[in-house]
Amino acid sequence: MTIGLGHYLTVAAILFTIGIFGIFLNRKNVIIILMSIELILLAVNVNLVAFSAFLGDLVGQVYALLVLTVAAAEAAIGLAILVAYYRNRGSIAVEDINLMKG
Amino acid sequence: MIFPALFFYLFAGVCIAAAVMVIAARNPVHSVLFLILAFVNAAALFILLGAEFLAMILIIVYVGAVLVLFLFVVMMLDVDFAQLRQGFIQYLPIGAFLGGILLIELVLVLVSWTIGPDVQRTIATPIPPIASMLNTEALGHVLYTRYVYFFQAAGVVLLIAMIGAIVLTLRHKPHVKRQNIADQIARTKATAIDIVKVRPGQGL
Repeated sequence: MTIGLGHYLTVAAILFTIGIFGIFLNRKNVIIILMSIELILLAVNVNLVAFSAFLGDLVGQVYALLVLTVAAAEAAIGLAILVAYYRNRGSIAVEDINLMKG
Repeated sequence: MIFPALFFYLFAGVCIAAAVMVIAARNPVHSVLFLILAFVNAAALFILLGAEFLAMILIIVYVGAVLVLFLFVVMMLDVDFAQLRQGFIQYLPIGAFLGGILLIELVLVLVSWTIGPDVQRTIATPIPPIASMLNTEALGHVLYTRYVYFFQAAGVVLLIAMIGAIVLTLRHKPHVKRQNIADQIARTKATAIDIVKVRPGQGL
Protein backbone atom coordinates (compact mmCIF):
# COMPACT_ATOMS: atom_id res chain seq x y z
CA MET A 1 0.00 0.00 0.00
CA THR A 2 2.09 2.84 -1.27
CA ILE A 3 0.92 6.42 -1.50
CA GLY A 4 1.40 7.84 -4.98
CA LEU A 5 0.85 11.11 -6.72
CA GLY A 6 -2.75 10.18 -7.47
CA HIS A 7 -3.65 10.04 -3.79
CA TYR A 8 -2.48 13.59 -3.18
CA LEU A 9 -4.16 14.83 -6.35
CA THR A 10 -7.40 13.23 -5.19
CA VAL A 11 -7.20 15.02 -1.85
CA ALA A 12 -6.54 18.30 -3.67
CA ALA A 13 -9.45 17.71 -6.07
CA ILE A 14 -11.83 17.00 -3.17
CA LEU A 15 -10.65 20.13 -1.33
CA PHE A 16 -11.10 22.21 -4.48
CA THR A 17 -14.63 20.88 -4.98
CA ILE A 18 -15.52 21.57 -1.36
CA GLY A 19 -14.31 25.14 -1.83
CA ILE A 20 -16.47 25.65 -4.94
CA PHE A 21 -19.40 24.01 -3.18
CA GLY A 22 -18.94 26.29 -0.19
CA ILE A 23 -19.15 29.40 -2.36
CA PHE A 24 -22.51 28.26 -3.72
CA LEU A 25 -23.81 27.05 -0.37
CA ASN A 26 -23.05 30.22 1.59
CA ARG A 27 -23.91 32.80 -1.00
CA LYS A 28 -24.98 35.38 1.56
CA ASN A 29 -22.03 35.24 3.88
CA VAL A 30 -18.88 36.92 2.57
CA ILE A 31 -16.70 35.57 5.35
CA ILE A 32 -17.47 31.94 4.49
CA ILE A 33 -16.91 32.76 0.81
CA LEU A 34 -13.45 34.11 1.66
CA MET A 35 -12.75 30.95 3.65
CA SER A 36 -13.85 28.85 0.68
CA ILE A 37 -11.37 30.75 -1.50
CA GLU A 38 -8.68 29.92 1.05
CA LEU A 39 -9.65 26.24 0.73
CA ILE A 40 -9.37 26.44 -3.07
CA LEU A 41 -5.92 28.02 -2.83
CA LEU A 42 -4.91 25.34 -0.34
CA ALA A 43 -5.96 22.69 -2.85
CA VAL A 44 -3.82 24.39 -5.50
CA ASN A 45 -0.88 24.37 -3.10
CA VAL A 46 -1.31 20.68 -2.35
CA ASN A 47 -1.25 20.03 -6.09
CA LEU A 48 1.91 22.07 -6.60
CA VAL A 49 3.77 20.49 -3.70
CA ALA A 50 2.67 16.97 -4.69
CA PHE A 51 3.93 17.42 -8.25
CA SER A 52 7.12 19.01 -6.93
CA ALA A 53 7.78 16.05 -4.65
CA PHE A 54 6.95 13.30 -7.11
CA LEU A 55 8.72 14.83 -10.12
CA GLY A 56 11.73 15.86 -8.03
CA ASP A 57 11.57 19.48 -9.11
CA LEU A 58 11.93 22.25 -6.53
CA VAL A 59 10.21 24.92 -8.63
CA GLY A 60 6.80 23.67 -7.59
CA GLN A 61 7.57 24.57 -3.99
CA VAL A 62 8.82 28.02 -5.01
CA TYR A 63 5.57 28.54 -6.85
CA ALA A 64 3.55 27.29 -3.90
CA LEU A 65 5.34 29.92 -1.80
CA LEU A 66 4.21 32.63 -4.23
CA VAL A 67 0.64 31.31 -4.17
CA LEU A 68 0.75 31.46 -0.39
CA THR A 69 1.91 35.08 -0.54
CA VAL A 70 -0.86 36.10 -2.89
CA ALA A 71 -3.43 34.25 -0.79
CA ALA A 72 -2.31 36.06 2.35
CA ALA A 73 -2.49 39.43 0.57
CA GLU A 74 -5.93 38.58 -0.78
CA ALA A 75 -7.22 37.62 2.65
CA ALA A 76 -5.88 40.83 4.21
CA ILE A 77 -7.38 43.06 1.53
CA GLY A 78 -10.68 41.16 1.49
CA LEU A 79 -11.11 41.41 5.24
CA ALA A 80 -10.14 45.11 5.17
CA ILE A 81 -12.79 45.79 2.54
CA LEU A 82 -15.27 43.81 4.64
CA VAL A 83 -14.53 45.89 7.76
CA ALA A 84 -14.77 49.17 5.83
CA TYR A 85 -18.04 48.06 4.27
CA TYR A 86 -19.49 47.01 7.60
CA ARG A 87 -18.63 50.42 9.08
CA ASN A 88 -20.45 52.20 6.30
CA ARG A 89 -23.50 50.00 5.90
CA GLY A 90 -23.83 47.99 9.10
CA SER A 91 -24.30 44.75 7.19
CA ILE A 92 -22.19 42.28 5.24
CA ALA A 93 -24.95 40.47 3.35
CA VAL A 94 -23.78 39.86 -0.20
CA GLU A 95 -27.09 40.87 -1.72
CA ASP A 96 -26.84 44.34 -0.14
CA ILE A 97 -23.53 44.95 -1.87
CA ASN A 98 -24.90 46.63 -4.97
CA LEU A 99 -23.89 50.24 -4.46
CA MET A 100 -21.87 50.41 -7.66
CA LYS A 101 -24.62 48.92 -9.76
CA GLY A 102 -25.85 51.36 -12.40
CA MET B 1 6.10 0.75 5.44
CA ILE B 2 2.49 0.82 6.57
CA PHE B 3 2.93 3.95 8.66
CA PRO B 4 3.33 6.56 5.89
CA ALA B 5 0.15 5.33 4.22
CA LEU B 6 -1.66 5.25 7.54
CA PHE B 7 -0.62 8.80 8.35
CA PHE B 8 -1.52 9.96 4.87
CA TYR B 9 -5.05 8.63 5.23
CA LEU B 10 -5.33 10.08 8.73
CA PHE B 11 -4.22 13.58 7.72
CA ALA B 12 -6.11 13.59 4.42
CA GLY B 13 -9.29 12.35 6.08
CA VAL B 14 -9.18 14.91 8.87
CA CYS B 15 -8.33 17.65 6.36
CA ILE B 16 -11.30 16.85 4.13
CA ALA B 17 -13.68 16.42 7.06
CA ALA B 18 -12.58 19.78 8.46
CA ALA B 19 -13.05 21.39 5.05
CA VAL B 20 -16.60 20.04 4.91
CA MET B 21 -17.26 21.45 8.36
CA VAL B 22 -15.90 24.85 7.27
CA ILE B 23 -18.72 25.28 4.80
CA ALA B 24 -21.35 23.47 6.84
CA ALA B 25 -20.84 24.89 10.34
CA ARG B 26 -23.59 27.14 11.66
CA ASN B 27 -21.31 29.48 13.53
CA PRO B 28 -18.58 31.28 11.52
CA VAL B 29 -16.24 31.10 14.51
CA HIS B 30 -16.49 27.31 14.28
CA SER B 31 -15.86 27.63 10.55
CA VAL B 32 -12.60 29.49 11.18
CA LEU B 33 -11.52 26.92 13.77
CA PHE B 34 -12.24 24.07 11.36
CA LEU B 35 -10.29 25.94 8.68
CA ILE B 36 -7.35 26.06 11.09
CA LEU B 37 -7.69 22.28 11.56
CA ALA B 38 -7.75 21.78 7.80
CA PHE B 39 -4.63 23.90 7.31
CA VAL B 40 -2.72 22.13 10.07
CA ASN B 41 -3.51 18.78 8.48
CA ALA B 42 -2.51 20.09 5.06
CA ALA B 43 0.79 21.15 6.63
CA ALA B 44 1.18 17.58 7.90
CA LEU B 45 0.59 16.33 4.34
CA PHE B 46 3.31 18.73 3.15
CA ILE B 47 5.68 17.21 5.70
CA LEU B 48 4.83 13.75 4.37
CA LEU B 49 5.73 15.06 0.92
CA GLY B 50 9.10 16.33 2.16
CA ALA B 51 8.29 20.04 1.91
CA GLU B 52 9.03 20.98 5.51
CA PHE B 53 9.62 24.65 4.87
CA LEU B 54 6.23 25.13 3.23
CA ALA B 55 4.60 23.19 6.05
CA MET B 56 6.14 25.50 8.64
CA ILE B 57 5.20 28.56 6.58
CA LEU B 58 1.66 27.25 6.32
CA ILE B 59 1.40 26.92 10.08
CA ILE B 60 3.21 30.14 10.99
CA VAL B 61 1.84 32.45 8.32
CA TYR B 62 -1.53 30.90 7.66
CA VAL B 63 -2.66 29.55 10.98
CA GLY B 64 -0.72 32.14 12.96
CA ALA B 65 -1.60 35.26 11.03
CA VAL B 66 -4.24 34.94 8.34
CA LEU B 67 -6.71 32.70 10.14
CA VAL B 68 -6.32 34.63 13.37
CA LEU B 69 -7.14 37.71 11.31
CA PHE B 70 -10.27 35.90 10.11
CA LEU B 71 -11.13 35.09 13.71
CA PHE B 72 -10.68 38.75 14.67
CA VAL B 73 -12.95 39.97 11.90
CA VAL B 74 -15.62 37.36 12.57
CA MET B 75 -15.70 38.25 16.24
CA MET B 76 -15.46 42.00 15.62
CA LEU B 77 -18.37 42.25 13.23
CA ASP B 78 -21.63 42.07 15.10
CA VAL B 79 -23.64 40.34 12.40
CA ASP B 80 -26.71 38.17 12.66
CA PHE B 81 -25.22 35.07 11.09
CA ALA B 82 -28.42 33.07 11.38
CA GLN B 83 -30.05 35.49 8.99
CA LEU B 84 -27.16 35.10 6.58
CA ARG B 85 -27.80 31.37 6.50
CA GLN B 86 -31.23 31.81 4.99
CA GLY B 87 -31.42 30.04 1.66
CA PHE B 88 -28.80 27.49 2.64
CA ILE B 89 -31.09 24.65 1.61
CA GLN B 90 -32.26 26.57 -1.43
CA TYR B 91 -28.74 26.82 -2.81
CA LEU B 92 -27.88 23.22 -1.92
CA PRO B 93 -29.10 21.55 -5.16
CA ILE B 94 -27.37 23.92 -7.58
CA GLY B 95 -24.19 23.87 -5.50
CA ALA B 96 -24.22 20.08 -5.29
CA PHE B 97 -24.89 19.88 -9.02
CA LEU B 98 -22.00 22.16 -10.01
CA GLY B 99 -19.69 20.66 -7.40
CA GLY B 100 -20.54 17.18 -8.63
CA ILE B 101 -19.81 18.15 -12.24
CA LEU B 102 -16.49 19.64 -11.20
CA LEU B 103 -15.56 16.57 -9.16
CA ILE B 104 -16.43 14.24 -12.04
CA GLU B 105 -14.29 16.34 -14.39
CA LEU B 106 -11.37 16.28 -11.98
CA VAL B 107 -11.73 12.51 -11.48
CA LEU B 108 -11.80 12.03 -15.27
CA VAL B 109 -8.60 14.05 -15.51
CA LEU B 110 -7.04 11.99 -12.73
CA VAL B 111 -7.79 8.58 -14.19
CA SER B 112 -6.86 9.38 -17.78
CA TRP B 113 -3.57 11.04 -17.12
CA THR B 114 0.07 10.00 -17.13
CA ILE B 115 3.34 11.83 -16.74
CA GLY B 116 5.01 12.30 -20.10
CA PRO B 117 8.34 10.56 -20.63
CA ASP B 118 10.17 13.82 -21.45
CA VAL B 119 9.26 15.46 -18.16
CA GLN B 120 12.20 14.02 -16.29
CA ARG B 121 14.60 15.65 -18.74
CA THR B 122 13.09 19.13 -18.47
CA ILE B 123 13.31 19.50 -14.70
CA ALA B 124 14.52 23.01 -13.93
CA THR B 125 15.95 22.56 -10.44
CA PRO B 126 16.09 18.99 -9.16
CA ILE B 127 15.53 18.43 -5.46
CA PRO B 128 18.94 17.63 -3.94
CA PRO B 129 19.17 14.41 -1.91
CA ILE B 130 18.14 14.90 1.68
CA ALA B 131 21.56 13.80 2.94
CA SER B 132 23.36 16.67 1.24
CA MET B 133 20.91 19.50 1.79
CA LEU B 134 17.72 20.05 3.76
CA ASN B 135 14.54 21.23 2.14
CA THR B 136 14.73 24.75 3.58
CA GLU B 137 18.33 25.19 2.47
CA ALA B 138 17.62 23.88 -1.03
CA LEU B 139 14.62 26.17 -1.35
CA GLY B 140 16.73 29.13 -0.25
CA HIS B 141 19.42 28.27 -2.79
CA VAL B 142 16.85 28.32 -5.56
CA LEU B 143 14.68 31.17 -4.34
CA TYR B 144 17.43 33.71 -3.78
CA THR B 145 19.34 33.02 -7.00
CA ARG B 146 17.27 31.89 -9.88
CA TYR B 147 13.89 33.16 -8.73
CA VAL B 148 15.01 36.27 -6.90
CA TYR B 149 12.79 38.51 -9.00
CA PHE B 150 9.76 36.40 -8.14
CA PHE B 151 10.75 36.70 -4.52
CA GLN B 152 10.95 40.49 -4.82
CA ALA B 153 7.61 40.57 -6.61
CA ALA B 154 6.07 38.61 -3.74
CA GLY B 155 7.47 41.20 -1.36
CA VAL B 156 5.94 44.00 -3.42
CA VAL B 157 2.58 42.21 -3.40
CA LEU B 158 2.70 41.98 0.39
CA LEU B 159 3.72 45.64 0.72
CA ILE B 160 0.86 46.79 -1.49
CA ALA B 161 -1.57 44.59 0.41
CA MET B 162 -0.36 46.05 3.70
CA ILE B 163 -0.70 49.64 2.47
CA GLY B 164 -4.11 48.86 1.00
CA ALA B 165 -5.39 47.29 4.20
CA ILE B 166 -4.18 50.27 6.24
CA VAL B 167 -5.72 52.79 3.85
CA LEU B 168 -9.01 50.91 3.82
CA THR B 169 -9.42 50.59 7.55
CA LEU B 170 -7.73 53.71 8.92
CA ARG B 171 -10.26 56.12 10.32
CA HIS B 172 -9.60 59.62 11.64
CA LYS B 173 -12.01 60.50 14.38
CA PRO B 174 -12.68 64.25 14.52
CA HIS B 175 -13.15 64.53 18.29
CA VAL B 176 -9.98 62.86 19.44
CA LYS B 177 -7.55 65.33 21.04
CA ARG B 178 -4.00 64.93 19.88
CA GLN B 179 -0.79 66.48 21.06
CA ASN B 180 0.57 69.10 18.65
CA ILE B 181 4.19 69.63 19.61
CA ALA B 182 4.75 72.57 17.23
CA ASP B 183 1.87 74.45 18.83
CA GLN B 184 3.18 73.73 22.29
CA ILE B 185 6.67 74.97 21.46
CA ALA B 186 5.40 78.07 19.67
CA ARG B 187 3.50 79.15 22.78
CA THR B 188 4.69 82.46 24.27
CA LYS B 189 3.69 84.51 27.24
CA ALA B 190 1.67 86.81 25.05
CA THR B 191 -0.46 84.03 23.57
CA ALA B 192 -0.69 81.87 26.67
CA ILE B 193 -2.25 84.26 29.18
CA ASP B 194 -4.82 86.92 28.84
CA ILE B 195 -4.76 89.69 31.45
CA VAL B 196 -8.19 90.95 32.28
CA LYS B 197 -8.61 94.05 34.39
CA VAL B 198 -11.53 93.63 36.71
CA ARG B 199 -12.90 96.77 38.16
CA PRO B 200 -14.01 96.66 41.76
CA GLY B 201 -17.67 95.95 42.27
CA GLN B 202 -18.47 95.14 38.64
CA GLY B 203 -17.30 91.67 37.94
CA LEU B 204 -16.83 90.34 34.48
